[in-house]
Amino acid sequence: MDFLTLIQILDSTVRLATPLLLACLAGLYSERAGVVDIGLEGKMLVAAFLAGAVSYVTGSVWLGMLAAIAGSTALSMIHGLASITFRGDQLISGVALNFLAAGLTVVVGQAWFGLGGRTPSLSNGGRFEPITLPFADAVADVPVLGPIYEELISGHTLLVYVAFALVPLTWWVLYRTRFGLRLRAVGENPSAVDTAGISVVRLRFTALVIAGVLCGLAGAYLATLAAGFVKDMTAGRGYIALAALIFAKWRPWYALSATLLFGLLEAIGNRYQSIEIGAFEIPVQFMQALPYILTVVILAGFVGKAIPPRAGGSPYVKER
Amino acid sequence: MELTHKSGRQETAAHDLPPAIELRGISKAFGPVQANKDINFSVAKGTIHGIIGENGAGKSTLMSILYGFYKADAGEVLINGQTTLIPDSQAAISAGIGMVFQHFKLVENFTVLENVILGAEDGAMLRPSLAKARKELTRLAKEYELNVNPDTLVEELSVGHKQRVEILKALYRHADILILDEPTGVLTPAEADHLFRIFDGLKKQGKTIILITHKLREIMDITDTVSVMRRGEMTATVKTSETSPEHLAELMVGRKVLLEVSKTPARPGASVLEVENLRVVDEDKVERLKGVSLQLRAGEILGIAGVAGNGQSELLEVLAGMQTATGSVRLNGQELDLTGAKSDARTRRKKGIAHVPEDRHDEGLILEFSAWENIAFGYEDDPAYNKGMLMDNAALRAETHAKMERFDVRPPHPRLEAKNFSGGNQQKIVLAREIERNPDLLLIGQPTRGVDIGAIEFIHQRIVELRDQGKAILLVSVELDEIMSLSDRIAVMFDGQIMGERRPEETDEKELGLLMAGINRKAN
Repeated sequence: MDFLTLIQILDSTVRLATPLLLACLAGLYSERAGVVDIGLEGKMLVAAFLAGAVSYVTGSVWLGMLAAIAGSTALSMIHGLASITFRGDQLISGVALNFLAAGLTVVVGQAWFGLGGRTPSLSNGGRFEPITLPFADAVADVPVLGPIYEELISGHTLLVYVAFALVPLTWWVLYRTRFGLRLRAVGENPSAVDTAGISVVRLRFTALVIAGVLCGLAGAYLATLAAGFVKDMTAGRGYIALAALIFAKWRPWYALSATLLFGLLEAIGNRYQSIEIGAFEIPVQFMQALPYILTVVILAGFVGKAIPPRAGGSPYVKER
Repeated sequence: MELTHKSGRQETAAHDLPPAIELRGISKAFGPVQANKDINFSVAKGTIHGIIGENGAGKSTLMSILYGFYKADAGEVLINGQTTLIPDSQAAISAGIGMVFQHFKLVENFTVLENVILGAEDGAMLRPSLAKARKELTRLAKEYELNVNPDTLVEELSVGHKQRVEILKALYRHADILILDEPTGVLTPAEADHLFRIFDGLKKQGKTIILITHKLREIMDITDTVSVMRRGEMTATVKTSETSPEHLAELMVGRKVLLEVSKTPARPGASVLEVENLRVVDEDKVERLKGVSLQLRAGEILGIAGVAGNGQSELLEVLAGMQTATGSVRLNGQELDLTGAKSDARTRRKKGIAHVPEDRHDEGLILEFSAWENIAFGYEDDPAYNKGMLMDNAALRAETHAKMERFDVRPPHPRLEAKNFSGGNQQKIVLAREIERNPDLLLIGQPTRGVDIGAIEFIHQRIVELRDQGKAILLVSVELDEIMSLSDRIAVMFDGQIMGERRPEETDEKELGLLMAGINRKAN
């Protein structure tokens, strides 16, 4: 493997990790507040659909993105209503959202565009343009560092940079602000938050709004990257993001590494359709299954002890 | 009511100040249950006021109203003479009320500092709040003997220190009135003494303390005035110096209560249990039992005293078949398996060991299951409960009902879920299940933790009765009073070892306290 191939694989790792990272951070906010969010998948899917459809109809990627955020946040609020206000089961509410999203996007898409659940291809105005960072062309010829800067760091769309910037931002919010302190507290012991005179319900809804916005960005990214919405285009990324979240032990920097790892596996799977080791050939299906296999391994608990937020999964009932 | 008025007026005259807190005609009903009925009382500034009452007497409801968890149906709250509305906890905090709950409201993986500022931050950024709190904690620590390292994670603190964090939280929020719900339930005698010293310091600074407890001795030792609650009503408010434990107990329960356990000297028979060199190493490779040896004979009660966490739980678990160990345990001369398939709880039960676990919520009962289902646990293969392949639920329910009657479980409804019974009645359900199996050896852990005074009397009597029937009883309790009054012999555990053995009539709390701290004066 030469240097350029490596750069290209890493470059595609960054692209593939971006939606995972956004979804993973969405899950981080939600679960840190004590709301298990298995509906990441559904939120992303609805967001991707709305981004594809609205961008195509209006010709503006920005309106598409706003629609994606609005749709995803709306689903988040349904989740909140069911699991926070009415104290329903968070898993069931999340799974219901995933079903709703999988069905609704196809039905509405077919009724709207008649393309079998797809949205029409997006032209240039409907997509995010790659951003070329300053001096990218100028330094392209510098050995080693040049290609790293020009290929790997420069030339991504806006949402990629946003996603990566969200990692330190999330860390800062969690550990340096009052909101972060309360958010972490409500996921660990909501009664402590309640007796301190802070509303548990409001905090958890706030967390779900943030999760909705981030999933909206993730969906919008997927749709504009593929130049349109395709049925089931999230392909389990919401679940992979959840696995990455567990792998990351609900911490922002670890979330970055975990999603990059998943992105790398996907990139390798895409690049090498089959690998020959001596007389033995690893089939392409195996390569493409790698991220999913890793998900199973992580969820089976092979990567050390990950202690989830203690109050996760249970609705808060005020006790005497 | 008469007394309330009198004492209230006296205090007011003495200090010429309105009472720190005054309740007028507070009532609260949950459906048909009247939890608080026309409660009137006042607490003078700078005094310690005790509230006692059995479980379910309405103490917690009253305090929840004061802390803004519930809205009273009627009545008003006056703070320093001003009518104050307390719709939520925030309002209670602003009114200068601080509450230390029985189950601490702390975030376990936060530092002490983070717990203290939670909800009382000074702005959107944490850094200035943390710096301010650090300074303030140093000051408070010096003033009130409330030393806690601000950077320790709460989960690493002992129970006593966690409680200090709760008090610090209240003081950091400028609480003038401190309400503590059963604060000594989980403390060692030394920790409790320290807590009372803290109370003294707070009192000197003019803080008002309301202490909710069911321990009469505490009330007598540290309060200035005391109110008694029974069935939602405040039946009396008296000066502590003008009352006695017997009188208070009578006011609480509504009848005369025997505070001392009445029992005849033990007549020990044949040796039932012989434990030699028992060792337990836990999952973290920490040695929890370091060679424990003891002997227990028929017809005697061996009390195991000690600060919680010094190996008593492990000892019980090993004997009950919930934990593997090395060493030797003989029951009626027969060696028991300490590891392997035959070391389980079922085998132990068949051999005649009954077990009332320390934690009835986690190990003694399934709270979501009904009483009759709980009565069957561990004995569900009893032929009396089975009809062919099916369980004979009707027979089981009838049997449960009979047991509930015999053990005075209230209400005696077999279909009621375990969680709906009060602590004392839950414990009676567990006792009914275990005692009536006619065991040779009864293991009983914390028999009266969270149990009210009337039920304590009942449970103690049953334990003594069982002894008099010639059974061997191993009692583990952190309540020194209980150990002293029930045991025929007392063994004190410290750091996984037996520090020494005493006869209750030949020792006192001071000596046992020293042994519990690992100091054996006699031996050295």
